[in-house]
Amino acid sequence: MRPCTEAELAEAIRAATAPVAVRGGGTRGQAVAGAVLETGGLSGVRLYEPGALTLVAGAGTPLAEVQAVLAAERQRLAFEPPDLRALLGRTGVSTLGGVAAENASGPRRVQAGAARDAMLGLRCVDGTGAVIANGGRVMKNVTGYDLVKLLAGSRGSLGVLTEVAFKVQAVPEAETTLVGEGFSPEAGLAALRSALGSPFDVSGAAYAGGQVLIRVEGMAGSVAYRAGQVRARIAGDWRLAEAAESAAIWQGVRDVAAFAGKPGALWRISCVPGEALAVPQALAAARVPHEALWDWGGGLLWLACPEGQGALIRSALGARGHATRLRGEESSPVLPPVSPEVAALQAGLKAQFDPRGILNPGSLG
Amino acid sequence: MDVPVPDAAILSRKPAIVARLRAVLPRDAVIDDPAETRAYECDALSAYRMQPLAVVLPRTTAEVAAALRVCWEEGVPVVPRGAGTSLAGGSMPTADAVVLGIARMNGVLETDYDNRFIRVQAGRTNLSVTGAVEAEGFFYAPDPSSQLACAIGGNIAMNSGGAHCLKYGVTTNNLLGVTLVKMDGTVVEIGGPWMDAPGLDLLGVVCGSEGQLGVVTEATLRILPKPEGARPVLMGFSSNEVAGACVADIIKAGLLPVAIEFMDRPCIRACEAFAKAGYPDCEALLIVEVEGSPAEIDEQLAAITAIARRHDPVALEQATDEAHAKRIWLGRKSAFGAMGQINDYMCLDGTIPVSTLPQVLRRIGELAADFGLEVANVFHAGDGNMHPLILYNANKPGDQERCEALGAEILKLCVEVGGCLTGEHGVGIEKRDLMGVQYRPADLEAQMRVKDVFDPKWLLNPAKVFPLAVSAGRRAG
Repeated sequence: MRPCTEAELAEAIRAATAPVAVRGGGTRGQAVAGAVLETGGLSGVRLYEPGALTLVAGAGTPLAEVQAVLAAERQRLAFEPPDLRALLGRTGVSTLGGVAAENASGPRRVQAGAARDAMLGLRCVDGTGAVIANGGRVMKNVTGYDLVKLLAGSRGSLGVLTEVAFKVQAVPEAETTLVGEGFSPEAGLAALRSALGSPFDVSGAAYAGGQVLIRVEGMAGSVAYRAGQVRARIAGDWRLAEAAESAAIWQGVRDVAAFAGKPGALWRISCVPGEALAVPQALAAARVPHEALWDWGGGLLWLACPEGQGALIRSALGARGHATRLRGEESSPVLPPVSPEVAALQAGLKAQFDPRGILNPGSLG
Repeated sequence: MDVPVPDAAILSRKPAIVARLRAVLPRDAVIDDPAETRAYECDALSAYRMQPLAVVLPRTTAEVAAALRVCWEEGVPVVPRGAGTSLAGGSMPTADAVVLGIARMNGVLETDYDNRFIRVQAGRTNLSVTGAVEAEGFFYAPDPSSQLACAIGGNIAMNSGGAHCLKYGVTTNNLLGVTLVKMDGTVVEIGGPWMDAPGLDLLGVVCGSEGQLGVVTEATLRILPKPEGARPVLMGFSSNEVAGACVADIIKAGLLPVAIEFMDRPCIRACEAFAKAGYPDCEALLIVEVEGSPAEIDEQLAAITAIARRHDPVALEQATDEAHAKRIWLGRKSAFGAMGQINDYMCLDGTIPVSTLPQVLRRIGELAADFGLEVANVFHAGDGNMHPLILYNANKPGDQERCEALGAEILKLCVEVGGCLTGEHGVGIEKRDLMGVQYRPADLEAQMRVKDVFDPKWLLNPAKVFPLAVSAGRRAG
């Protein structure tokens, strides 16, 4: 199925008698069973007002097309949606709807928020075939319930997105990354905490393999000043990566490029930054070889390890965060377990929005 | 304003209901003497008031759960109340409802500077959250103008904003987790001190649900390091259109001030008479504030004033010191008070696309003339969140109705140009019956289905947000 209008999509959902696998470009979501329903026909930028920092586009619009339209006005999506194709071994064209449905957010999450924070409004078709609009295209909107947040990151489980409105951001004049080498994981994560706890408006804070990366962006004079202040605050051997070099570094962090092509299982862990070593330490104690990359000041941990470690990872993490399985170890659930109270609310919402259970079955775990 | 007819059966069972509440709560946590419950008959939308059946003032999550459980079993509506500062009637009770006030739950439970969060009880005031962390150089960003009094629980219910949300976002962008008590007394932990949800973003839909999905008793909030400094610049322009164009140019240039506030002539005059801030006599005035070190501020303000100069400002005044900065903000911050001195007023809260600002201001002027009322405009221009103040005389028969009718027309205008009914105050009872202007029946149905999941008996703050006719079947059931 590849509907070309919202009405066609609604009709297709109403007519569906078996599970439907909703698919933007198939570049980031988990695979689910069902007849593939592609959103690529619902494409095109429908409104772009650079002076109001607002863009509205069909959910099937290629992310690259949106990025090109924004770049022409020196603007961008502040939340830096990752391109995980190399990491996950996918091909295809990432869509704006896929970004929204996965709440796909990159390194700037620590400063500018996630995809859900930039989403101003949406239209979708729920599991009964009803067309639902929520939010709008203005920056501040508390009119009724925020279903935009509920649908953001819902993995196509409640509705098929047909249109999304985003707040966008001007590309700043300058960016600089402080690159520090030779940090132990403890010292590296402490450096990230120190940077993010400073008043210098850090927009990226990552650590991997002894290397600390701290980004500042803004007007040229301000960037130079803040980079200097952060450097003075944290002892270490620093060099500065400017402009294009800095951008390339963060593209690598964003896309988890270092783990592309690695065999085994891949995990994405969201946790309290100060507890970011718990899982790697547990794996080390169990003599399980592993590699880790920390982003979001330690609040996001990408972990590559042999298959079969899901239970250990999740128990080491405990109540300090949650782990999502991205690749490998098919026997482990993709999503972490949730409390019975949360599970009941999720099941209740699923039953309301998709009473027949036909939209991306199993995508909520 | 229609109010649902109170349930006579509940009114007649008042003694039994109060006795059951007393059985599960401490002696001083249940109020049923009408002389005392009168204090809870309205919130900051004081034109509408009704005394509740009783008031409960729990101190813990367990007490909230116990009180809700009793009301759920008895089928009694509950109206949650933070500090009662809602401008939309969000915590206005009905006669058959129990008000659940969280003001006694004001403690700090945990502060964690390394991980940049604070966990508080939801009755804590907005400003005292910052108060708890500022000695360490941190602050809590959302700053509604009622921040001295308003409670975090109310901020979460209404997804409150403030003057500085242009840079820092509103409540939902600064909220990490909540302890939520559902109407049936079930306690649910949602989110936590990490940055995203593993499954559905329940936190996102709870925030801004106007106390209709559950009572938030504890909240984990993101705290931010305080910037080194801040400085405002005052700009006067010869017309609203020019000021609006200047705002659009500043935003498009990629400058990110923390605040861009806009005042029109009626508002400037009232503020000047009241606060003597030394504002220029002009058609439109902008206050733009930026943050950083002194040198960074100089750099940003140089760029901003260069843009302003292209629009031939009639005044351009940068704060030279702390006292000067305070004076520039003084007029803006006392705008509502200044208006209150001259007149009764109704404060609207629609948001519009920034590009439509001049057109909307012109149309508001025309509508005001049609209704024979005066409107003063003061608002957060950077994000298009308008606060037109309609001036009227509450003692003049018919004036309030005329004022409300004009208010409705202005909000419809906001929706017409691509905006919304409310940017930060919430729907409450005030804009409930206008919801059909912004949303189609299927859109409202989708929202109500969320309430069906959290509160299937529709007992929590039931007669709010949705037009009464639209929610009637659910509330009765």
